[in-house]
Amino acid sequence: MNGFLNWIEQRIPMMRVANMHAIQYPAPVNMNFWYVFGFLATIVLVNQIVTGIWLTMNFEPSAERAFFSVEYIMREIDFGWLIRYMHSTGASAFFIVVYMHMFRGMIYGSYQKPRELLWVFGMLIYLALMAEAFMGYVLPWGQMSYWGAQVIVSLFSAIPVIGPDLVIWIQGDYVISGATLNRFFALHVIALPLVIVILVFLHIIALHEVGSNNPDGIAIKHKKGSLAEEDKTKYKIHEYYTDKYDIADDVVPFFPHIVLKDLVAFSIFLGGFAYIMFFAPEMGGYFLEHPNFEIANPLKTPEHIFPVWYFTPFYAILKAVPDKLFGVLAMFGAIAALFALPWVDRGSVRSWRYRSGLHTWNLIIFAIVFIFLGYLGGTPQADWKIVASQILTVMYFGFFGLLWIYSKNEKTKPVPERITK
Amino acid sequence: MSNVSADANQSASNEQPESSNRRKFLTVATSVIGGVGAVGAAIPFVASWNPSAKAKAAGADIEVDISGVAPGQLIRVMWRSKPVWIVRRTPELLASLEGIEDQLRDPSSEQEQQPVYAQNRYRSIKEEYLVLVGICTHLGCSPQHLADGAFAEYAEGVPEGFFCPCHGSKFDMAGRVFQGVPAPLNLVVPPYQFLTDTTLLIGSDA
Repeated sequence: MNGFLNWIEQRIPMMRVANMHAIQYPAPVNMNFWYVFGFLATIVLVNQIVTGIWLTMNFEPSAERAFFSVEYIMREIDFGWLIRYMHSTGASAFFIVVYMHMFRGMIYGSYQKPRELLWVFGMLIYLALMAEAFMGYVLPWGQMSYWGAQVIVSLFSAIPVIGPDLVIWIQGDYVISGATLNRFFALHVIALPLVIVILVFLHIIALHEVGSNNPDGIAIKHKKGSLAEEDKTKYKIHEYYTDKYDIADDVVPFFPHIVLKDLVAFSIFLGGFAYIMFFAPEMGGYFLEHPNFEIANPLKTPEHIFPVWYFTPFYAILKAVPDKLFGVLAMFGAIAALFALPWVDRGSVRSWRYRSGLHTWNLIIFAIVFIFLGYLGGTPQADWKIVASQILTVMYFGFFGLLWIYSKNEKTKPVPERITK
Repeated sequence: MSNVSADANQSASNEQPESSNRRKFLTVATSVIGGVGAVGAAIPFVASWNPSAKAKAAGADIEVDISGVAPGQLIRVMWRSKPVWIVRRTPELLASLEGIEDQLRDPSSEQEQQPVYAQNRYRSIKEEYLVLVGICTHLGCSPQHLADGAFAEYAEGVPEGFFCPCHGSKFDMAGRVFQGVPAPLNLVVPPYQFLTDTTLLIGSDA
């Protein structure tokens, strides 16, 4: 057995990679429950890929057959309903864990130097995920698929000069049609998953290069030779890290310590996931919208049309601005602002534990604003909602503006040298 | 984790002596439960490759009215997208089946190519009616029915039989394969039953 493993190791660095990235990867001891969402996102990604492959076995990407092939999967394939609900519930679950993962990054300052690129890769994953989710939602070719595609694709018509032609090019037709469905299918099942998997790979490589942040926002890597022998970790940490730095006695190896903690979170997550999947797969119309049980009809827009819940905050921003081009710009700007977070925040203290009360409130209000925008974007129109979403849109961008201003000379608390001391 | 020295884990080791039995139990219990979960999760994915309800409906039993089949006539019906032959054999034809048995590979149908009730010289429930899946046991072509002496060209002295155009396999009028041809086995008799004297149900036994 050992001989065989050596034979492999000399040809491909299996154990070296496993040691470097899991078994001997230094993870801060104080990682708390906020740190499980990256692991959960990976699990959901695997779920989406596997169930997605199975769905393509029976899905027919044509305007004539798509809707009926989904019904066929639901009714006539053994466990087809389960595989589809795993996929549709997984889509919403993906955004739940990703939003938690992003907020974790925000409260503990995980985007700050030296983790800017890590954050940017994460944002790119988020962007690709939104495109992936949108195109996936078009595939069943129900009423919401059709009209959702209509609205989202029309956003591009706001672009001056080339807009209208660009829309026709995206659609492959003068309207949303089977041609659009077919290309969205190709992008949804091949192109974007490939992009997402590559980005996830880069995200993890970047993470392991700079090291995991933690709730205290304190580095566990110290300058070589700066730590006394008794302050260094007693665990076996890979030379890749110990050659360059002194690793403080503030870490545990990622495997098994962190993996086991993640598995606990995974079982709890699985309980919730299974409950929704078996008992409430439509989630009252939030995960699967009711108009989508009716086949696409280009002559009749559903009475109320909203994107799925995970897009509604941005949809509310779009609706808040009474100008087509500026509405679209505001919507994309809301995402661009997140991209810029590492440079908007000019502070050097990472965790909200040691930053000002203003920062804590700014973060909490931002989260509430985001959720409330989601509510406004996902419920029927009303006059007061337009005013409310305008106020909240200003508050959304206000978070970034305020952060930029106060982070320069922020009154922070003293940061401890070490996590465990 | 065995790399932890005593002082790195001092308080823990003082208060909770390490129990390797407990650790082993937890590891095994977690692995077993996880394994059961993984197998359970795999079931839907494996099961979804089975024929769908639609395919099962398409492969359902079929009823055939044979009241209009004249003596000596062969009719073809489709069952599970395969040709099924129903032949109403004449008494003379039935009488001739015994005489050619020395030319056949498996004259008494010992190979399991038919339900037990068709394991006889005539390979049928009622001698008169032959029911066969019309697919050659060599490589899956559908043999031709050659009657009125046309088969004698391929098998001397045998006036009627089945001849496969693909690789020349030959079968008699009970679907039994001749010696010296590529097909290894007799033609398949599908499960069938008589609902009435003139109605056949192909696909399931009585």
